[in-house]
Amino acid sequence: MYNLLTFLRQYQFFALFVLLEIVSFLLISNSYSYHKSLRFNAVSDLSGNLFNNYNDITSYFSLKIENEELMAENATLRNSLASSFALTDTSFAFSDSLYNYLPAHVISNSVNKQYNFMLVNKGSLHGVEKEMGVISHQGIAGIVIGTSKHYSRIMSVLHKNTRISGRIKKNNQLVNVIWKGENYQKGLVNDIPSHIRLNPGDTIITSGNSLIFPEGIVIGTVIDQTIPDNKSLGEATLAFCTDFNSLQYVYLIKNKMKPEQDSLINSNVQ
Amino acid sequence: MNNPWFKYPFRFVVLMLLQVLVLNNINLGGYIHPYIYVLFILLLPVRLNKNLVLFIAFFTGLTVDYFGNTLGLHAGASVLLAFARPGILSLFFKPIDFGKNEEVSLLKIGLGGFARYTFVLVILHHSALFLFETLDFSNFHYTLLRIGLSSLVTTLGVLIVMVVFTKKK
Repeated sequence: MYNLLTFLRQYQFFALFVLLEIVSFLLISNSYSYHKSLRFNAVSDLSGNLFNNYNDITSYFSLKIENEELMAENATLRNSLASSFALTDTSFAFSDSLYNYLPAHVISNSVNKQYNFMLVNKGSLHGVEKEMGVISHQGIAGIVIGTSKHYSRIMSVLHKNTRISGRIKKNNQLVNVIWKGENYQKGLVNDIPSHIRLNPGDTIITSGNSLIFPEGIVIGTVIDQTIPDNKSLGEATLAFCTDFNSLQYVYLIKNKMKPEQDSLINSNVQ
Repeated sequence: MNNPWFKYPFRFVVLMLLQVLVLNNINLGGYIHPYIYVLFILLLPVRLNKNLVLFIAFFTGLTVDYFGNTLGLHAGASVLLAFARPGILSLFFKPIDFGKNEEVSLLKIGLGGFARYTFVLVILHHSALFLFETLDFSNFHYTLLRIGLSSLVTTLGVLIVMVVFTKKK
């Protein structure tokens, strides 16, 4: 024991270095897996406040573009109003709405790391919960992984652990969309059945299988497909429809049927 | 301004704000990420207790992590930088005598000396940072390019800050 202590005294600089590195690694390993980050994410109002004040100033610079985009979105929404359609059969309609959309302002965002996150100005006070889907008016954006009272942290689609269940719009084949960590405008579609051929410009949408995103939200369009040489599943590069670098406003999606769906899924696994 | 209890916290806050609010938003082709906050660790007094420097570096990195959602990443890289600092100092500047609370400065070691000191430590810091960030050797050339370009830009940024804020005599 005494020898150990003298040894540590002699090499205390090195020992301290190793100790601090170990602490750092433990912290890193907690933040690099999706499930662990759900468990360990403590969002604080402190960093939220700093980014919020800064964003109050910088958001003025993009007001004009934002206005134009909001106008465009209003137009789309008007087109989908009930009054825009002729009512045919109401006997199978839900009396209750299925999804709630909560608008939020992005106050901190990054696209240049391997694991990117966003911070938005809505938190548990506004009804935000973990594992809510996040979309922009252009397409899919991310998943909520932590909330504080006034802010939420969102795991961006630009995160190496993100895996989104998608569907090829033209033939309803199920695929997965991931991000490899390089260009923030390009993702990767994988698990494409080998007999399926994609053309540049084909749209990939969310499948609705994950309970996080509603079905039919645009993820991106195909750039080109690599044909698998053997019978394995194919891959294709994809251009995201969302411009993550200029993201300012997003919608958090609350699935009102999620508790019911979750309990059904869990009850089947025995 | 020369009171260390004022000087270091002030410098810390200014460098953190510069890093978190301005530099973290810079994205040049996905390759260049300047991390000028390391200047805070580079400029700690040369003869300050080495263990204390390790702790300060850990805390500095942790602050950047806290605002960048990368808990532990910058802390680890900064601790490595602080660990290598005494060795690099004695390697390059052995003959130079530093006073009790004296820092490395342009007047003492010149622009060339400062550039060497900064570049070596920044390369070390950035290598640890980008390698631990990807934890993936499949895109090694991409990671190497990020390390090289970012180290150059960080060093350049540090030198510009030093030249601008060195009082002319």
